[in-house]
Amino acid sequence: MIECQNITKIYKNGEIETHALKNISFKINDGEFVAIIGPSGSGKSTLMHILGCLDTPTSGEYIFEGKNISKLSDDELAEFRKNKIGFIFQMFNLLPRATVLRNVMLPLIYAGISPQKREERAKNALMASAFPKEFWHHFSNQLSGGMQQRVAIARALVNNPKIILADEPTGNLDSKTGDIVINTLIDLNKKGHTLVIVTHELYIAKHAKRIIALKDGEIIEDTAAEKSKSLKIIKE
Amino acid sequence: MLIRDLLQETFTALLSNKARSGLTILGIVIGIGSVIAMVSIGQGASGQIQSSIEGLGSNLLTVVPGVIQPGRGIVSSGRGSAQTLKNEDVEIIKKINGVTYVSPELQRRFQIVAPTGNNTNSTVIGVYPEYALVRNVAIDQGSFITENQVNSMERVAVLGPTVAKDLFDDSDPIGKTIRINKINFKIIGILQPKGSAGFFNPDDMVFVPLTTMQKILAGVDYLSTIAISVETKELMPQIQEQATAALSEKHRVDPQNPDFSILSQADILGALTQVTNTFTIFLAAIAGISLLVGGIGIMNMMLTTVTERTREIGLRKAIGAKKKDISMQFLTEAIMLTFIGGAIGIALGWILSILISSFAGIATSVSLTTILLAFGISAAIGIIFGYYPARKAANMNPIEALRYE
Repeated sequence: MIECQNITKIYKNGEIETHALKNISFKINDGEFVAIIGPSGSGKSTLMHILGCLDTPTSGEYIFEGKNISKLSDDELAEFRKNKIGFIFQMFNLLPRATVLRNVMLPLIYAGISPQKREERAKNALMASAFPKEFWHHFSNQLSGGMQQRVAIARALVNNPKIILADEPTGNLDSKTGDIVINTLIDLNKKGHTLVIVTHELYIAKHAKRIIALKDGEIIEDTAAEKSKSLKIIKE
Repeated sequence: MLIRDLLQETFTALLSNKARSGLTILGIVIGIGSVIAMVSIGQGASGQIQSSIEGLGSNLLTVVPGVIQPGRGIVSSGRGSAQTLKNEDVEIIKKINGVTYVSPELQRRFQIVAPTGNNTNSTVIGVYPEYALVRNVAIDQGSFITENQVNSMERVAVLGPTVAKDLFDDSDPIGKTIRINKINFKIIGILQPKGSAGFFNPDDMVFVPLTTMQKILAGVDYLSTIAISVETKELMPQIQEQATAALSEKHRVDPQNPDFSILSQADILGALTQVTNTFTIFLAAIAGISLLVGGIGIMNMMLTTVTERTREIGLRKAIGAKKKDISMQFLTEAIMLTFIGGAIGIALGWILSILISSFAGIATSVSLTTILLAFGISAAIGIIFGYYPARKAANMNPIEALRYE
């Protein structure tokens, strides 16, 4: 379970202060599937960075499984990310000169898992993200975008994270391959993984069970997907 | 992160850009190779000088008139200019315990004419039979000066091989007569060649009995050198002190400020080693400049690599790599480059030094110290020039790094 309490983030650029997040509070329970939506500049990327422990809030508290992590140092945050969080990025961010299997094993290198166990866990993660076996030893830059994103999903899964954060996971894919990716994510949520997707695309957000809508750094709506007005606004 | 993983990452990264890695390594290869080759020339020269000075005679002390300050050079001392060493001094030195042989010597340059018509200007030394034992010279043909010949002031001469060749070409000189300073001398022996020792070339000398030299040739009663051979190396400082004290008493001078100097091989060697060391450092410094340029090449490549792989660094940080993990990865790459370059450079430098000695005839010597030093330097260059790029990578903000285009 994660909890945000009165989180504010201010970026300073010389004299100019930008209030990216203003006093935001919410909870996400284990097993939820949440979509954070909003137009660009609404602060959803900033929120995603704080949820992913890549950044700390200017004020307010971020509590992850009962532990306050809003004041940790860079290296302590890295330690936390290593075990608790799986990332999926819009640009996939795979190592181009490495095989699929090596890409998926990468987080385990930093987690200090022995080489024998790494391969076993990487194969399990690839199977969980429905990645076809015949491509396991291909180089990642030989794959299509949809395939690459599924490698990235397997990489996010391999450490058994508490929460999977996906930042515009279909942003670089056509709608057909985007559907495959989103269905993979839905399957993972059904298996019990907590999933948070940051997106501005309606057809992704509509699969989520809960919608948190942001505008100008504030939450304008936090509700179950079927009751969401924001989804309808985007639709229109 | 395991060392195995670190090495695998490093090899993958270096192999993915073979041309750039190769050129950067080449810079280090040239740098280390030239350092090895240059230092080998310097060490070869110093080794050659050392062995030839030791060949002058073992455990040798040399008494010369006048004052010589060690390190100021021996050549300019004006040997023979002072006339303070006398024949009686020899007896005093012989009485010191631990002295095996004493060889009094008087040397002058004279014009020498052979019956063939050839003539040469060479050093003539008046000696006792002990000379051969003290100075390590060996007879090739005939015999050396004997005690009888010294006592009876005979006009006999022993030739160094260079002089023999100059005067008689290839014919046998034994039994023939030469004229030294217009006085006839019978040749009784030829020395074996010994090779030059820098300032001193025993091959280019003529040996006559000391008495003949003093009374007939030079007409003086003093000596230019007394050479003392000492039983063991450990006794040398002690004998040096005792001889100084005894001679000072005999000459009635202050032992702190005597009118003679006693030099050991160590003194001579020390002065020459200083010269060759300066020479070696000079050569190494020139080669070191190319090593510095190679190091800058490493830094340049690493900075480019870090910039190119910004997104990868961001990703690694996002999935849990700490600053140390990132900086170690790039530092290992830099060290790997210099290490490979260092290993090839050592091989190249070694081959180069062998080629130099076989084609140019200059003595070279590659020592283990040089090799270890070269490895140390190349690893240090990797660390020094890799540190800044690695730190730059480690301190990247993961959010900005992930967004980098």
